[in-house]
Amino acid sequence: MSATTAHSVVEPGTLSRRVAGGIVILYALVSMIPLFWIFITGFKTPPDSISYPPKVVFTPSLEGYCNLFTTRTRQTQDYIDALGPPRSECDRITRSRYMVIAGPSNYLPRFINSVVIAFGSTFCAVVLGVLAAYGFSRFRVPLKDDLLFFILSTRMMPPIAVAIPIYLMYRHLGLSDTALGMILLYTAVNVSLAVWLLKGFIDEIPREYEEAAMIDGYTRLQAFWKVVLPQAATGIAATAIFCLIFAWNEYAFAVLLTSGSAQTAPPFIPTIIGEGGMDWPAVGAGTTLFLVPILVFTVLLRRHLLRGITFGAVRK
Amino acid sequence: MATAFDRMAETAARATPPALAGRMRGLSDTAIAWLFISPTIILLLAINIFPLIWTIQLSFTNYRANRPNAVVKNVGLDNYTTILSNADVWAAMQATAHFVFWTILLQTVIGFTLAWLIDRRFRGHAFWTTVILIPMMLSPAVVGNFWRFLYQPQIGLFNYIVSFFTGVPPSSFEMTGTVALAPWSIIIVDTWMWTPYVMLICLAGLRSIPDYIYEAAEVDRASKWRQFWSITLPMALPFIMLAVLFRGIENFKMFDMVNLLTGGGPGSTTEVASITLKREAFEKWRTGFSSAFAIILFVTVFGLANIYVKALNRVKQR
Repeated sequence: MSATTAHSVVEPGTLSRRVAGGIVILYALVSMIPLFWIFITGFKTPPDSISYPPKVVFTPSLEGYCNLFTTRTRQTQDYIDALGPPRSECDRITRSRYMVIAGPSNYLPRFINSVVIAFGSTFCAVVLGVLAAYGFSRFRVPLKDDLLFFILSTRMMPPIAVAIPIYLMYRHLGLSDTALGMILLYTAVNVSLAVWLLKGFIDEIPREYEEAAMIDGYTRLQAFWKVVLPQAATGIAATAIFCLIFAWNEYAFAVLLTSGSAQTAPPFIPTIIGEGGMDWPAVGAGTTLFLVPILVFTVLLRRHLLRGITFGAVRK
Repeated sequence: MATAFDRMAETAARATPPALAGRMRGLSDTAIAWLFISPTIILLLAINIFPLIWTIQLSFTNYRANRPNAVVKNVGLDNYTTILSNADVWAAMQATAHFVFWTILLQTVIGFTLAWLIDRRFRGHAFWTTVILIPMMLSPAVVGNFWRFLYQPQIGLFNYIVSFFTGVPPSSFEMTGTVALAPWSIIIVDTWMWTPYVMLICLAGLRSIPDYIYEAAEVDRASKWRQFWSITLPMALPFIMLAVLFRGIENFKMFDMVNLLTGGGPGSTTEVASITLKREAFEKWRTGFSSAFAIILFVTVFGLANIYVKALNRVKQR
C-alpha cells in the first residue's frame, strides 16, 4: 500500500487545500471591509467622508479625532482673525471651518464610564463566579443541576424584559443612572457566564492536588487559595476577558437605564452629530478607539474563544 | 459560680481571637460550599428573581411608570388577553421569526462551509481563522451604528459596491428605509457579525471526528461525497445544532442592531419583539401591559433554553 503515514489517506490534496485557502482568505478580507472603512473614515475630513464615489485614497486628517473630543461653535471670520495664533493642531483645523473650540465633548467621560463599569463588574463577577464554581465543582450541593440551570437561565431573559422592573427598582433605590447600579446589573448578567466557564476550568484541576495539600496540613480554604486558584489562573483570566467584553459591548441596558452621568460609550457614540447630520469622521474615530481594546482581547483570547461562546459546553 | 479567676480567663480568651485559619478549620465542607455559592445566588435573586416577581405582579395591573402617583387598578388577565389578540404583537412575533429563520439559515450554511474549508488545514489557516472571528467580538450597537453609514444611498460604501457589481445606480435604493429591503439590511449585518460564531463551533465539531473513521471509509471505497453525507455531516450535527440553538436564543432577544439600524421602521416592518417591548414600556409607558408582554417573551425564551440545555448535555456526553 502507498500509505506511509497514518494520515495520508485522509489528508486533503494540495489543490483542494489551495482552493480552500483562497476562499477562506477572500471571505476574511471581505468581512474586514466594514472595519477597514471605520478605521479610514476616522482619518477623513467631513467632505471626504461623504464624497461620491467613496474615497479610498485621501489626505489623512485629524479632524475626526478633534471633533470627537471637542464641542465647537460657529464664529465670524473677523472674530477668528482677532484671536491669537492657534494653540494646537485641533484649534487650527477647527478655525479653518470658521469655528472655535468651545470645550471638551462628552466622549472622554463616557469612555471612562465604560472602563469603570466594565472593570468593576468584571471584578465582581469573577470573584463571585470563582467561589460559586469551586463550590459546585468540589462539593455535593443539593439541587446542584437545578441551581446551575437557574444561574444560566437568568441570562436567557431578553434584556428589555429585565430592564422594566430594574428601571422601577433602581428609581426606588436611587441607583438610576449611577455607575454602581450598572456594575451591579452587569455583575448579575456576567456571573452566570463566569460560574459556568470557571466550573469547567476548575473541574479540570485534579482533586488530588488539594487532597495532597490538605494531608500536608492545609485547611480546605488554604488549599483553595494556594493550590486551586494558581492552577485556575489561565481560566480565570479568560473568563475575566469574556466578562469584560460583554460589559464593554453592552447596549440595551445602558441605553434604557443611563442617560447622563453613568452613560457608557455604546449609547453615546450613535448620538455624535455634527452640523447638518452625522459627523461620520468623528463617529469613525470614536468607534475605532472603542474597538481597539476588543481587538487586543480577541487576539489574547483566541485559544479560549470556543469555550467562552458556548458557556464551556465545547472544549478544545 | 464563676470565680474572679474564671472571669479573667474568659476575658483573656476573648481578647485574643483564634487565628482566622483556625476558626475556618472548623468549617465543614457543606458550610464552605454554601458560603461560596450563596453570594451568587443572593445577587441573582436580588437582580433577577425579585424583579421578575415584580414584573409578574405588575402584569396584572394598569400601572404606568411615568405616573407613579396614579391609582393602580388590578385588571386581572386583561393585559394577557389583549396581547394575545393584538395584531401588532403578532406582527412583531412574525417579524422576529422571519428574522431568526433567515439569519440562522445563512449563518449555518456559510459558517459550516467556512469551517469545512478551514479544516483542509491550508497554510496560515490559524491566522485567517482569528481574522474571521473578529466581527463577533465587537459591540453590535457600535458597529451596527456604523453600518448606517455604509447603507447610505449615494455616499454609502455598501450601495457603491452593489452598484459596482450590478450596475444599479447607488442612490436608487435605500437599504434601511424601504419596506422590502429593511429586514435584509439587518439580516446582512447580523450574518456578517455572527457567521464566525457558527463557524467556530462547527470547526470544533469537524475536528472532533477521528481520522480512523475516514480511513475505514477509504478502505471500504466510499466516495468523498458519500463520506461527507455519512460521516462528516452526521458527526458534526450536534455541534451545528448547538450553534443554531445559541443563535436562536440570542436573535430572539435581538435589540441593539435593529434599534440603531432601522429603529423598527420603516413603519413597523422590522419591529421585532424587543423593539415593540421597548416602545410599549419606555415610550408609551404602558408598564403593566409591557410587563405582561415581557412575561410572555420570557416563557418563550425559557422554553427554548430548556431545549438548549438538553441538547447541550447531549453534546457534552459525547
